[in-house]
Amino acid sequence: MSTTKKTLAVAGAVAAALTAAATSQAAAQAKEKCFGVSLAGQNDCAAGPGTTCAGTSTVDYQGNAWTLVDSGTCAEMDLPAAADGSARAGSLEPLERDLPA
Amino acid sequence: MSRERDFTSAILDARLPVPSGLQDGHSQPAGRRFSVYRNNVAVSLTQALHQGFPTVARLLGPDNMDGLAGQFLRAHPPTSPVLTHYGDAFPAYLERLPQLAHLGYLGDMARLDCALRRSYHAADAPPIDAQLLATLSPEALLASRFRFAPALCVLRSRWPIHSIWRYNTQEGAPKPAAGPEDVLITRPDYDPVPERLPPGAALWIEALQSGDTLATATETACAAVPDFDLSAPLALLIEGRALTDISR
Repeated sequence: MSTTKKTLAVAGAVAAALTAAATSQAAAQAKEKCFGVSLAGQNDCAAGPGTTCAGTSTVDYQGNAWTLVDSGTCAEMDLPAAADGSARAGSLEPLERDLPA
Repeated sequence: MSRERDFTSAILDARLPVPSGLQDGHSQPAGRRFSVYRNNVAVSLTQALHQGFPTVARLLGPDNMDGLAGQFLRAHPPTSPVLTHYGDAFPAYLERLPQLAHLGYLGDMARLDCALRRSYHAADAPPIDAQLLATLSPEALLASRFRFAPALCVLRSRWPIHSIWRYNTQEGAPKPAAGPEDVLITRPDYDPVPERLPPGAALWIEALQSGDTLATATETACAAVPDFDLSAPLALLIEGRALTDISR
């Protein structure tokens, strides 16, 4: 390949990457931290040992454990009602409900 | 100093006597209380290895992982009081064990677990606006050099490490097929994301990391993989918010 052709090939590939990245970023929704919606032991965190967050929620829908969800969906998520019959909803702030004893 | 050494050896080897001079709250010899402490050290390091190597732990099962952790923590006690990165020596340790020789991929799976954890704890670095690339002339583009976020990591393996990771962490993921796989780890939001790289892309990113221009790095990758296309790995770097600077 001539130098000019190579240069144009790289420029074309960079342009293709920009388009691909822009498309997938538009498709992938922005995320937000949502409290009180994760099942026990399944809250998001990849911190590993020596920290207090890796899968450490011990009750379902624990109010101070969070997971990343699509922006705008946190409060609308369908959750089962609590044991006393009161309705549960996710929150962008930590909650006082469903805390481990 | 030698007293400290005696204490450390006795913590890790239950056959050794309780270090002399240790007393309980009533000025009596520490005796079996020391064994309680010994046990707590072993249990906490075992838990640290379970948490630090979730994929390996899942592949081995809890009992095997407990047993291996017990051996490892005695052979490689922590060298730092910070537990976050404990287990750096675990991948190579797994590879040397004859009883695990039939699970050749285990060492690289441990490296992936390690790399994900390092990426999580790496310093923040604001990404550049990728549209900057669109403003450069083709010649300027070829002569440019990239800088990357500290959370970026590239792993090369002769095993299908990304497929094995996915199969063991995501519901409904397809069964891994044999073959080498390279992985790119970026941290676009809070958590590290491992993505599978196409052939040649690991070489390309490593060349860029070492300071090569886009032209040189691309030539290096094309020499190894003739049909290498930089658009897929570059898109992954942009999506992973891993590009922090472009310079000439």
